[in-house]
Amino acid sequence: MQDRIKYWKGIEELENTPEFAKHAHNEFPEFLPINEARGEGESTGLTAPRRDFLKLLGFGLAAATLASCEAPVRKAIPYLNKPVDVEPGVANWYASTYFNNGDFNSILVKTREGRPIKVEPNPSSTLTPMGTSPKAQASVLSLYDNNRLRTPLIKGKEAKWEQVDSEIRSALARVNGKVALVSSTVISPSTKQLINEFGAGLGNFEHVTYDPNSASALIGANGGVIPGYDFSKANIIVSISADFLGTWVAPIPFAKQYIQNRKITAENSNMSRHYQFETIMSLTGANADVRVPIKPSEELAIATAIYNGLSGQGVNAPANVDKKALENAIKDLRANNGRALVVSGSNDPAVQTLVTAINKTIGAEGATIDTASPYLVKQGNDAQMLRLIDEMNNGSVGAVFFYNANPVYDHPLADRVKTGLAKVALKVSFADRVEETAALADYVAPDNHYLESWNDYEPKRGFLSLAQPVISPIFMTRQAQDSLLAWSGSKTTFYDYIRNNWRKGAAGTDAQWEKAVHDGVLENGTSMLALSPATASTLTAADAAGRAPRAVAGGSIEAVVYEKVGIGTGAESNNPWLQEMADPITKATWDNYITMPRKMAEEMGVSQGNVLKVTYANGKTLELPALIQPGQAQGTVGIAMGYGRELDSMPTAKGRGANAFPIATVADNGILFTGAVQLEKTGSTVEIAQTQTHHTIMDRIVVQENTLANYKSNPKEVTQYVRIATHEGPAKPAAISLWDDYEYKNHHWGMVIDLNSCIGCGACTVSCQAENNIPVVGKEEVLMRREMHWMRIDRYYSAVEHEAKDYKTMEDPAENPSVIFQPMMCQHCNHAPCETVCPVAATMHSSEGLNQMAYNRCVGTRYCANNCPYKVRRFNWFAYSNNDKFDFNMNNDLGKMVLNPDVTVRSRGVMEKCSFCVQRIQLGKLEAKRESRRPVDGEIVSACAQSCPTDAIIFGDMLDPESRISKTLAREKGERAFHVLEELNVQPNVTYLTKIRNLA
Amino acid sequence: MQHVSPIREPLVTGGKTYHDITEDVCRQVEAKPNVRWAAALAVALVGLAIFIYSTYRTLWYGIGEWGLNKTVGWAWDITNFVWWVGIGHAGTLISAILLLFRQKWRTSINRAAEAMTIFAVICAAMFPVLHMGRPWLAYWVLPLPNTFGSLWVNFNSPLLWDVFAISTYFSVSLVFWYIGLIPDFATIRDRATGPIARRAYSFLSFGWTGSAKAWSRYETVSLILAGLATPLVLSVHTIVSMDFATSVIPGWHTTIFPPYFVAGAIFSGFAMVLTLMIITRKVFKLEDYITLEHVESMNKVIILTGSIVGVAYITEFFIAWYSGVEYEQYAFINRATGPYWWAYWAMMTCNVITPQLFWFRSIRRSLTATFIITIFVNIGMWFERFVIIVTSLHRDFLPSSWAMFSPTIIDIGIYVGTIGLFFTLFLLFAKFFPVINMAEVKAILKSSSEVKHHPHGTMHGTDKDSHTNTHP
Repeated sequence: MQDRIKYWKGIEELENTPEFAKHAHNEFPEFLPINEARGEGESTGLTAPRRDFLKLLGFGLAAATLASCEAPVRKAIPYLNKPVDVEPGVANWYASTYFNNGDFNSILVKTREGRPIKVEPNPSSTLTPMGTSPKAQASVLSLYDNNRLRTPLIKGKEAKWEQVDSEIRSALARVNGKVALVSSTVISPSTKQLINEFGAGLGNFEHVTYDPNSASALIGANGGVIPGYDFSKANIIVSISADFLGTWVAPIPFAKQYIQNRKITAENSNMSRHYQFETIMSLTGANADVRVPIKPSEELAIATAIYNGLSGQGVNAPANVDKKALENAIKDLRANNGRALVVSGSNDPAVQTLVTAINKTIGAEGATIDTASPYLVKQGNDAQMLRLIDEMNNGSVGAVFFYNANPVYDHPLADRVKTGLAKVALKVSFADRVEETAALADYVAPDNHYLESWNDYEPKRGFLSLAQPVISPIFMTRQAQDSLLAWSGSKTTFYDYIRNNWRKGAAGTDAQWEKAVHDGVLENGTSMLALSPATASTLTAADAAGRAPRAVAGGSIEAVVYEKVGIGTGAESNNPWLQEMADPITKATWDNYITMPRKMAEEMGVSQGNVLKVTYANGKTLELPALIQPGQAQGTVGIAMGYGRELDSMPTAKGRGANAFPIATVADNGILFTGAVQLEKTGSTVEIAQTQTHHTIMDRIVVQENTLANYKSNPKEVTQYVRIATHEGPAKPAAISLWDDYEYKNHHWGMVIDLNSCIGCGACTVSCQAENNIPVVGKEEVLMRREMHWMRIDRYYSAVEHEAKDYKTMEDPAENPSVIFQPMMCQHCNHAPCETVCPVAATMHSSEGLNQMAYNRCVGTRYCANNCPYKVRRFNWFAYSNNDKFDFNMNNDLGKMVLNPDVTVRSRGVMEKCSFCVQRIQLGKLEAKRESRRPVDGEIVSACAQSCPTDAIIFGDMLDPESRISKTLAREKGERAFHVLEELNVQPNVTYLTKIRNLA
Repeated sequence: MQHVSPIREPLVTGGKTYHDITEDVCRQVEAKPNVRWAAALAVALVGLAIFIYSTYRTLWYGIGEWGLNKTVGWAWDITNFVWWVGIGHAGTLISAILLLFRQKWRTSINRAAEAMTIFAVICAAMFPVLHMGRPWLAYWVLPLPNTFGSLWVNFNSPLLWDVFAISTYFSVSLVFWYIGLIPDFATIRDRATGPIARRAYSFLSFGWTGSAKAWSRYETVSLILAGLATPLVLSVHTIVSMDFATSVIPGWHTTIFPPYFVAGAIFSGFAMVLTLMIITRKVFKLEDYITLEHVESMNKVIILTGSIVGVAYITEFFIAWYSGVEYEQYAFINRATGPYWWAYWAMMTCNVITPQLFWFRSIRRSLTATFIITIFVNIGMWFERFVIIVTSLHRDFLPSSWAMFSPTIIDIGIYVGTIGLFFTLFLLFAKFFPVINMAEVKAILKSSSEVKHHPHGTMHGTDKDSHTNTHP
């Protein structure tokens, strides 16, 4: 054993060198560089080098792992030179103007980091100081429409502006025949002047104006203008088919006037009485105190009856029309000479002649009609357009320009327009996309969006309004006026053109101009808009009254082509906010349909959603589903215009409903928006996506109304207050509580909604959508009852006569119901049922009375929504952004530019709801804090309150005794103020004021 | 020691010996799978596949795949949840309460009933997670210490109470069931011939030796767990009912809910146990262990709980009228006559009317009639939850928000899928686990059988060993 063979580890061991001997007892005989790496010499010995090795190994592994995880790259490029006005995180406001087909709004545009994101009313304007229309609210989204043209087009091919300019100039130089510029109403004085100058350079030129929803007869009967109606001065308002609160002439200024003497208090309890004779149930009719359904063919008879009645003759009402109401209306008109107003939406010259005569008789002129300052928002001349169509067809037109006009879609004679266009050598459109007319044009010279443009407006004589660009053109578009300037060989820009034009009168000095641009309005009486000379109507009232009513072929049904509050004439129908906005009356979204009275539907065996074939005048047909509409006149149907788009340039509107324009009748050189149709059942069914499918109030005390007579006799008895029976007698629900109340030390935010002021237009719903990044979900999801609107307007019809507790019967609305609107959003309950049930405390109460949602914390059990008695919570059923299934503005980078950076875009699976615009509250508080003061009342306003054209919503701090809300609540306590579902004792922070009707 | 009446029917028939019991029960486990079992498993697996697909759609695309809307925020999800939880109740009731009450007839059915409980609770527990908008954050409902700024759960929320109730219930039931299985696993282990089976059952039996000490501990643990499980029978469905009872929604906001839900749960649970037992005894030839006596006893429980439920339905109507509250009155009139009247009357027919047939002894003892009626009860109890949840929500306070609910294919898929999941688990259990608690049945064999049969010498004539049996 001793002589075991020895194996050397190496030659060193054999030789046993000193170096070997030194390291022989070490585990690693060779030198390891670990100590050197630690910066220590070899001499310090081996102080745990293995641990260090493992440390290094671990670090290396971790470093390698970390390096392999790629962080998402977000490109944030700082300004090289910061623009003067742009502060990141701080909004800038610019005054501008929205005008589209009569809908005029002086607005302020909110921009963030150079992007316009919100439209608000311009308080400096006297026409529209309080609110905007839903269309104006939604218009900011149209700016970011991905389907707008990015370059001009030549014969459908993308082109350069230089090429377009040179080709059009040379085409104009050799044009053979008349040159026409077809536009809808132009209320821009400078544009109008520019068009005239452009035409003057061409010689044989005509500026043809037509409006898709024309007021031609009204203008004809009033010397070329729309009379300067002032509803605020009228105690008695009689409207024959004029939807002046929704779509007729200038609805937003009218709504403001209308509501002025309908806001009542116990001290001042005078309000106007409003009679409405109409065929469809319009927004205006829904607000009327007395509403009488009539057929369109009876409009003349009604006007005649009023005309004759006022002159003391017997009232000869058409059969089936409520004669009592007509007599009352005449009686009231006679009793209120100089304080009454009659308006009509009819486009029948005879009716309008009579209405003008009636207004003279009742002393309206100079009183409820401001003769010095007529409205200019509609100037369309049906006869002129009809003549042009003939001229195009007989080949005498050499060139035609379309500016804000799309007659191939929205003219009843669209087919003739098409054939006529084929004979015109040069066709140019300024459309922002390839719409129906632009598709037939040789050149499309896309106009800027109005938020990218300079413009001036004169909606009413002596009331000027300006528009300024708030963003550089997003695409290679050019303002139409600049194009006209270029083609007429001018080198000036349209800005200089306006500036020069204003220098002549309205704003002589630069200071005046700067102020006008800053304020957005100039209302010192200066008028700039020149009107084309009017063709005076030769019809006299006596002739008109003597006319026989229009004959309607036996067996046919009178169809009314009407305008919807949201979609209007269809110019902005590619706007998803407008498509998804619930119609104020039908609560339907995304489609048009045939509104028909229930009796007629029952007689035809039609139920809601059954598709009917409508055969109209020239034998053509369209198919639409039926919608049972309470209040619709018997023997009539209504079909909304603005639908039935087929082109790819408007994917949102494509395939929605059918085009109703061709149903309108062309007669007597004018267009009647009514036609005789035949209806036939097709057997198929299309569901209509309504956001409300139950229409009566089921005898519940959720929305309250009473009569003016009762209010005058005792304002303390117009509202029902629920009392709970206790052993000590009836008690207020709030007096019986298991819970401790919250103590509010600083602010207590609240809202008061005056049901007497709310006209139900829906501007607040769109405003809320824009402010709070509320997604659009599309028709299928609305059908699933999943619309996301935080704010909705509940619309209830009165029920048919029924016994108490006869639930089956009370589900049916009356044939001609009274209508009540109730804006409904999170009530911010002080004893909120949603707060207690959330397992993760994602919804909780703030120290200022807000019911808050912490989206990040929400796991989406939906228990809160179930337990909400008002059903105002909205759930993100899907991911609504970056999802191809919801291909609306939140699915493309351009559309996302409209998002409000102060509001989170909610993820899939979380609950959301009205926040009382908490971002605005926080901003207001921060600004006040920075200036070491309390927020001033009116400084912090929710989006809905700010956009309301009738000031129906008051938002404020209920702890501030001087605030408007506190004063209103103090005044209305025990009179009109009530909480919805008070008996539940959830103690909402939203208070409603009872609606008062001035019944005849 | 209990006195057993001489006229009482024996609990095990057919003159079984202890060995017969072992043979009869183990046969299923040891034999090759029979064709009927395999066919049934195939059907169940199809159901499971439907469940997996529907769950994938729900998790990947969102709750929007279901038919819910802004007004009806819960429908089939919570209906199914309550239905499955209710079904689970019979197992606990049989094994815990009947154990405490020394009801010996329970021994041959408690194993399967407990298994049913476990599987039903597994199915039920799917829904609270699946119905969440963001199920990947489901753990937020647990009161876990966290770094989210010390966020804590909301102890006011009945959903949180549910979390505790269901998780406790599941854990106790699982332990109770498993403890009971250990001696029987040991029996199978001892008989096993194949190496895999021996290893598997050896592991499952936790090294059971069968010593007197082990048996003593086994009995003690069973008793303790029975004591723990007993309050759960009452508490789980009480708490589930509070999801509704503590809300403000008319039709939910009802103080009668806790007892009414517990009775309903036992009702539906017994119906499901019977449905499964009638099939199992037939397929596995266990007629001697699960006798008509069992069926009849359970039918008596069904008639009792069914009547309680019926009285509760009527009481709700009375209270709605008596309260004078408009919304409450409408909610109930709407149930019976509104758009979902068919669901209400399906519920009334299945739950209140059909079980009354069990007053007739012949129907009570008819397997066919029992099977049909229990299916009716299962359907009726599903509709009960549907009626409570959907018809209350779809027309609550503001008529403007009234809406209808209709299920999507995914809703149906998830429901059918959980049935598939349940049967997959149950069939695997029936094949690989002893479906009857051999140890406990052996314990009652003598006492339950000797009284009547011994004098005739039929019961133990061939079984000399039986006298060694010691039972409590």
